[in-house]
This record gives sequence, structure tokens and C-alpha cells, in this order.
Amino acid sequence: MKPPVFEYHRPGSVAEALDVLAQTGHDGKVLAGGQSLVPLLNMRLAAPAHLVDVNWLGELDQVPCDAGGVRVGALARHARVEHDPGAAEAVPLLGQAIGDIAHTTVRNRGTVVGSLVHADPAAELPAVLVLLGGTMELASAGNRPRRVAAADFFVGPLESALRPGELATAAHFPRPPAGSGSAWVELARRHGDYAVCGVGVLVALDQGLRVSSARAALISVGPVPVPVDLTDALAGQPHDAADWAAAGRLAAAAVDPEDDIHASAAYRRHLAGVLTARAARSAAAAAASRLEASA
Amino acid sequence: MNEVLHETHLVVNGVPRTVSVPARRLLSDCLRHDLGLTGTHVGCEHGVCGACTVLVDGRPMRSCLLFAVGVEGAEITTVEGCRAAGGGLGPVQQAFQDCHGLQCGFCTPGFVTTITAWLAEHPDPTEEQARQAIGGNLCRCTGYQNIVASVLRAAELIREQEAAR
Repeated sequence: MKPPVFEYHRPGSVAEALDVLAQTGHDGKVLAGGQSLVPLLNMRLAAPAHLVDVNWLGELDQVPCDAGGVRVGALARHARVEHDPGAAEAVPLLGQAIGDIAHTTVRNRGTVVGSLVHADPAAELPAVLVLLGGTMELASAGNRPRRVAAADFFVGPLESALRPGELATAAHFPRPPAGSGSAWVELARRHGDYAVCGVGVLVALDQGLRVSSARAALISVGPVPVPVDLTDALAGQPHDAADWAAAGRLAAAAVDPEDDIHASAAYRRHLAGVLTARAARSAAAAAASRLEASA
Repeated sequence: MNEVLHETHLVVNGVPRTVSVPARRLLSDCLRHDLGLTGTHVGCEHGVCGACTVLVDGRPMRSCLLFAVGVEGAEITTVEGCRAAGGGLGPVQQAFQDCHGLQCGFCTPGFVTTITAWLAEHPDPTEEQARQAIGGNLCRCTGYQNIVASVLRAAELIREQEAAR
């Protein structure tokens, strides 16, 4: 349980980090919070020849919020984003989902962007980015930074569109439209464990507090987050009395989970339905209270 | 095989220390082997059990998921740093003794550091909050009841100490 030998790099600027990543290519790996990477190293499931420690790049430790949403820099730790008042106001789903990531001790070090790049199919934040239609900002030496939409970024289990030599410098979480509310619900066997199934839901209401649109993104039920449009099940219905079970049935039909040691496929599909119904109800209630507060 | 060594500076329990370590030296191993501070215990070594929790600049973190070189310049507090200012048991340690919050004691250092940091921000917790606070630490002996009681007792001891000042 000790990490393999690697060469350690501590760049003093993003430009320097990109140069090192360009030189090391496939053999280079970025170390940010390390809360997923270091376990893999300790268990010798990964053995990169070079680690590029970006923890010294204060320029990446930023969480600016504006009318467009929240831009989370690559060094912003989960705990910081979870408790950031600007982020909570602009994109409440971020804090709602981060609260279910492991434990405080892990959230004190792990980063939001690191979790996205790690692309674990059981992780919360990839689903949040997919649900909100967010984008990743990827930089590399000698090239203009490129932006990749969440829908294209998550390619498979632990696999993203990040190329060797690239550094994910930020993730952009768009602000949901006015009149919408969100909720995150997941079930784990023990507090802080990976979810057996989890779901984020975004519900938008019209001025009459009826559902105008709704969508979900589910985790642990597929190789990447599974987006599901719930609008057909809920549109036009009152925010406090919609057919939540119908929304759940849409989600259960959309996922294709597999059996594993933690749960059967049938149980996961059942959870997808129940948890989506629950999250949709909460998201609609949140949307209604936001609308009433602003009225 | 000769590995490259990195001179690394840490302030451990208030004392400046310099170590020369390979980049892959985990902070947990640096504390135990390079600095002889064996109070930090190593359980699972992949971030699940919480036994190795130390405070980095006041915040609890898993020392088995940090490289010593990665926390260059940081202030580290281990269980050895959670004693009372004048020596003897600190309030969290005293509470564990009062409430029988430990049996074999292997997990205890991680609990003591975690609870010490948490009580600084939550001086008057409910039992439910106390349970949440220790959610990231595993104990195979106690069944947690007496650890929850220890959290509440430690909060009481700290409040009494502050009232007496």
C-alpha cells in the first residue's frame, strides 16, 4: 500500500504546468486534491511516471459567480464551493450535491474539477455538470484553450475527453433559469459511501406555479451520467401535486444498470424511479419557494 | 534504487521540522517514520477509515492521501498536538477517557483530531450533529455510542474551560 516511484513536478504557473504536461504526455498525471488519485497510487492501480502538482497555482483557486453561473477553478476544493454564498445563490444544486461527496475530511482537500476529470460513474459532480449543460475548460501548451460540453466530456467509466498534455483549468456550471429549483437525492449503504443510485433534478415552473420543464441526471446506473427529460410526465401540473411517480417511471425506463456486488440491476432501476420521483418533488418545492420569495 | 529526495519543511504541532523525503512519501509515513510521531495511525491507506486524520492548517485531512512534499510549509497538527497546553490530556482526550470512548484505541487518534477541529466550529452540538461529524471515521470496537457521548462531553469540557478563563 505504498505509491510507486514517480518524478515530482511543482510548477509555479499554469504556463509552466502546461509545458511539463506537454513534455510528459501519456506519462504525466495532474495531482490536485488527490482524493481519488492517491488511493489508486497506493493500491498500485495507477503508476504515472510524472506527477504535476498544481496545488501551488493560486490562480486556479477561484470561484467567480456572475449572471451566467459559476466558474469553478481547478484548485477550488469541494468544501470551499460547498460553502460559497455566491455559488449557493447562483447554482444551489452544486452545494446540494457536494454535501453527499464522501466526508468533510475528504471535501477539505478534494477538488470539484478533479472529481469531474476523474469521471467516476458513481460521482455526483459529473451528473450536476450534465444536468445543467455545463462546460469544461481544457488548456494545453501552444494551443488555444478548448471548451467541451458536459455531454461530450464524459466518455466512459473513469474516462473523459481530456487528452494527454491537457489541464482542465475550470468547469462552468450555468445558472438555471429563473423560476427553477433543484434537488439532489442519493442512497448509499453507509454515510459518505458511493451512491448505489443518485439523481439530480431541475424543475422549472411558470408564473402559475405549474411545471414547464423538468429533467434529471442519474449516477451509478450507467457508465456515464444518464440524462432524462421528465417534461412529458410533469408539464402543466401544479408544483405541489404533479404525478411524481410518472416522472420516476420515465427515469427507471431510461437507465440500464448492471448487477454488481453492491446491488442488483433490478434494485438500482427501482431506486432510479423512487429517487427521481422524490428529487422532482423537492426540486418543484424549491422552485416554488424561490418564485414566492422573489414575488 | 536511489530515489530523488526533496527537502520538505513542515510545522508539526508548532515545531518547525525539516525532512528529506522521496516524493512518494505519504504524510502519514513521514510523520511516523521520519519524525517518529507514531500517534498517527495507518489503517486502510486508501482514505476510507479515517485513522490517519491530521489537521493541515487547521482542517482535518487524510494523511494517507497526502504526499509530504505536497504540503510543504503547512502547519500539521497530529494527535500528539491535541494535548492540553500545560501537558496532560486535552479536552477531547479527557472526554474519551471519561466516556469510555475507546477500547483498542487504534482508531482514536483520527477521532481526536477530527473532533478537535470540528468542535472549534460547532461548540454546542446536538447528538445528531455529533454523529454526522464522526461519519468519516471507522471504529471496530465501540459501536460508536460512547464516541458520540465523548463528542458531547468534549464540547462541555471546552465550554467549561472557556467560561473559567
